[in-house]
Amino acid sequence: MSGVFSPTRAKIKERTLRTDKWWLEPAITFGVLFSFVIYATFRAFEGANYYKDHLISPFYSPCLSEACVPEATIFGFTPVSAEIFNFALSPALIILIFPLGFRMTCYYYRKAYYRSFWLSPPACAVAEPHTKYTGETRAPLILQNAHRWFFYAGLVFNVFLTYDAIISFKSVEGEWGHMSVGSLVLVVSSTLLWFYSLSCHTCRHTVGGRLKHFSKHPIRYKVWTWVSALNHKHQQFAWYSLAGVAFADIYVRQVATGAWTNFYFF
Amino acid sequence: MARKLNLRIWRGDATDGGLKDVQVDVNEGEVVLDVIHRVQATQMGDLAVRWNCKAGKCGSCSMEINGKPRLACMTQVASFDENETITVTPLRAFPVIKDLVTDVSFNYKKAMEIPAYEPPKDLAPGEARMQQVDVERSQEFRKCIECFLCQDTCHVIRDHEENKPSFAGPRFFIRIAELDMHPLDMLKNRKRTAQEEHGLGMCNITKCCTEVCPEHIKITDNAIIPMKERVVDIKYDPARMFAGLLKREKRN
Repeated sequence: MSGVFSPTRAKIKERTLRTDKWWLEPAITFGVLFSFVIYATFRAFEGANYYKDHLISPFYSPCLSEACVPEATIFGFTPVSAEIFNFALSPALIILIFPLGFRMTCYYYRKAYYRSFWLSPPACAVAEPHTKYTGETRAPLILQNAHRWFFYAGLVFNVFLTYDAIISFKSVEGEWGHMSVGSLVLVVSSTLLWFYSLSCHTCRHTVGGRLKHFSKHPIRYKVWTWVSALNHKHQQFAWYSLAGVAFADIYVRQVATGAWTNFYFF
Repeated sequence: MARKLNLRIWRGDATDGGLKDVQVDVNEGEVVLDVIHRVQATQMGDLAVRWNCKAGKCGSCSMEINGKPRLACMTQVASFDENETITVTPLRAFPVIKDLVTDVSFNYKKAMEIPAYEPPKDLAPGEARMQQVDVERSQEFRKCIECFLCQDTCHVIRDHEENKPSFAGPRFFIRIAELDMHPLDMLKNRKRTAQEEHGLGMCNITKCCTEVCPEHIKITDNAIIPMKERVVDIKYDPARMFAGLLKREKRN
């Protein structure tokens, strides 16, 4: 018997005496994240319907595979073979590890999935079911320390997705100066991703948090205060950006399959 | 206007115990500690409860109220439904002594393990000068009243007694962060010892410590995560690893 049932602790048989709906938040989190994982897995393996008329799905950008639709590539740059070991590789599978890794190691998502998927703990002051716990000190969870690597990669991805949003201001014929619902969707999605990245705890640390003397670095201190203000909303940006990316992909897919028409404002 | 309140109080010691139901008068504006005192005065003369300031500043009356770690002196009875039974138990992460009183000496042992502030060697007493901008991060952590609610709710020790020797807990991570961010602290290996001796890596950022802090210290966002990032600086940062390689090559 360990934890709250240890011999020296107050003899209470319940795992928790909380009377509020403590299970609701982890249940909702589980439902939403699990749905996203299922959808993202389906889309990553689909390998189609990711490009239409200057709209490219964020799941497939940058498109680096020889299997990519030529218009979806960055100036035709396709360094990765379409097949690996005779297995046709969807272009999304090559790149998704980076945004996935960024979110998996994100300090907010860690809280979210440790609580809702791993029940460690399911909620505050609710006894967890595990008999042993070593935290992030051993493999595989020690890899959470790679968050900074994914943060840097995530910034590069944001640049690509911003580029995608910019080229969506072209008409079907390729003329600049046009705007569609798709442009709006990609702009909102990439903007939310920037907010998510810039509000990240690693970003906050990198721009100034690691300093011992703010007074000797007034500009970095100022930037740190801005990032700190964004950091207060990191949880919200995490969810909004996830929803933004998912909706952008759904939108592009629907347009690519012909189910929806991409309406042009001008 | 007094009304009746249904209260369930855990009574017992390390050998045995259980929840006892009582009905007690409660007046408008009272806190849970007030009604516990009334029970003690009128029905359970030998009820053990630790308290001191009744103002949320001493951190003595930490207990669990309806399963949540809280200060009894800062928990309004009016925050519960009128017909709701309020359950009061001792902190469940620490050994119980009697009734609502627990042995929190674990925390004092951990406090002694944290290396103290190390001022610059050439600094005479009274000569320390710091700018406000350099100390304001640390000042947030000085608000801690040592109620140990964060320690109580932290699942690393609450749910795993065996982790206590190797885990200092959130209260002491803010102490380490306070010192590591201190502009005049000269101790070099604070980050490394935080990770390797005080168990910083065992924290999985579930933020319960922040949720229960009565001083609203952002323990996770402002202390634990910045300390984890500082550990990444010295152990896992790709840019710094690369820079370190270059430096070594230059030296060679």
